[in-house]
Amino acid sequence: MNTRQIKDTIAHKSMFLICLLVLNLALLIAWGLYRRAQPILATKSLGELLLNSTWHPGSGQFGLDGFILGTIWVTGIAIVIAVPLSILTAVYLAEYAPRKLSHLIKPVIDLLAGISPVIHGVWGVITIVPLVRDYMMPFFTEKLPFLPFSSDNYTGFCALTGGIVLAVMIFPIIISVVCEVLHTVPAEIREASLSLGATKWQTTKLAVLRKVYPGLVAAVILGLSRALGETIAVLMVAGCSLFALPKSFFDPAYPLPALIANTYGEMMSIPLYDSAVLLAAFILLLLTTLFNVAGWGILLRLERSRC
Amino acid sequence: MDKRKTEEYFFKALMLFSTLTVLGSLISILLTIIVKGFPALSWSMLVQTPKGGYYMGKEGGILNAILGSLVLSLGATFIALLISLPLTLYLNIYLKRNSRFAFWVRFVLDVLWGIPSIVYGAFGFTLMIFFGWRASLLAGMVATTLLVLPIMCRSIDEVLKMIPHELQEASLSLGATRLETACKVIFKQALPGVLTAILLALGRGMGDAAAVLFTAGFTDSLPYSLTGPVATLPLAIFYQLGTPFPEVQERGYASALVLTAIVLIISIIARMLSRRFTGDLGD
Repeated sequence: MNTRQIKDTIAHKSMFLICLLVLNLALLIAWGLYRRAQPILATKSLGELLLNSTWHPGSGQFGLDGFILGTIWVTGIAIVIAVPLSILTAVYLAEYAPRKLSHLIKPVIDLLAGISPVIHGVWGVITIVPLVRDYMMPFFTEKLPFLPFSSDNYTGFCALTGGIVLAVMIFPIIISVVCEVLHTVPAEIREASLSLGATKWQTTKLAVLRKVYPGLVAAVILGLSRALGETIAVLMVAGCSLFALPKSFFDPAYPLPALIANTYGEMMSIPLYDSAVLLAAFILLLLTTLFNVAGWGILLRLERSRC
Repeated sequence: MDKRKTEEYFFKALMLFSTLTVLGSLISILLTIIVKGFPALSWSMLVQTPKGGYYMGKEGGILNAILGSLVLSLGATFIALLISLPLTLYLNIYLKRNSRFAFWVRFVLDVLWGIPSIVYGAFGFTLMIFFGWRASLLAGMVATTLLVLPIMCRSIDEVLKMIPHELQEASLSLGATRLETACKVIFKQALPGVLTAILLALGRGMGDAAAVLFTAGFTDSLPYSLTGPVATLPLAIFYQLGTPFPEVQERGYASALVLTAIVLIISIIARMLSRRFTGDLGD
């Protein structure tokens, strides 16, 4: 064997090793976090940690219930706002808009997807917080008293604000996945439907969207997963104080990622504190991984069924 | 007018409304940052480090954070490149087109892409405890590397996939080994695409706050060593906005404008490069 071939073999083996390493990176991260979360799991049962709502690290109380509820409120609001808007936008860009226009708009959306989360936070503080405080809160509390709108938090830093900012942050990912999925539908299907006398919207609704329905679900799941993990923007606008469990759109919410970010600095001084926080990170990792596997799995199956 | 027509118009209006809302919110972000940030921006802010009492409204600037973010994300991008290049070349040149192994590596990369940056930050923190590091440039770099690695791998991978297979076959048939083919033929072809991937990773690394919150720490001095703490721009913005002093908050808006400008410039260059690259292939 000459040196060239030896070099090739060495390169082959080391590249393979790098691949193996990356392949196991997710497991490594999960293991690392789990190992750190173990001390608290050893003293308390998982159910006790998840269902107890008292968070008082000083006296050894690590109930994550309030943070889980906060996560559900904020991401729930974000999804309800973002899903219809993004899907309709994607359908418009892929099916209706003139080619030139959608070629102009899509890069803008992509470009803005790259804006730092902290900028979304700044924007939320400057724009959305006053909007919610001065206009939405008085309006909703008065006009729709039967919905959970009443709250004694009048600052504007609340679950709804967090949800709105998060929704804007996940627009780009949902739009790009839906656009991608819509482009996989062959033009013949649309032509067949149109030639049978269906209107453009009927074609879109009955032929195109029905065909890629799983893809829409995948887009929503991927958006949800993105929303679950967003940290710094939510930390800046959602209030993030835990006096009581969030019960209304205008109560402050304190989602899991914000908890992890906020406790930095103090968590090494109290026993089990860091363990509880890393347990929160572990739960977050499991949830987002689950959603990502589901989302990408659906998209891959869709792609395969086309071939 | 019949029902179908009404439905058609109704949904078309709804779509236009959605598109305008999405675009409007994104434009609103840019406008807010520019309108609020520009008046507060000054030259002295860009070229000074924080003096004593900066966060209470005294003199100084954010040079420490600007340089810190640049150094940290450049370092992280470089390490990520050292991993992504061999990985993607391996997937595309050493493995067969429909290799099972390649399929799983790509799938795992997609999943890694979706892991929130705060989790990478927390994992970086466990590494710090494990190795006994302090919050430092090194720890921040490692966390950011993990964060940008999937982005970089997937974008280089997409570029390599677009290179015609015949090129590789021609090189191999002339007697070159796969390594030589990878380094001398394929890599050269993919270079603009690799640059795009580098810029994308750089932009993401600069903008992220959650991964460095635990790991990089914060300091008022310029980045001086791998094992010392380092300031980052997103965290500087976060802290400045968190103070109760209006003049410091205004500097926070100015810092936000600086970060937005840097990230947007990086991604616009990336996009122009990638357009040129795909354009070349089309000829």
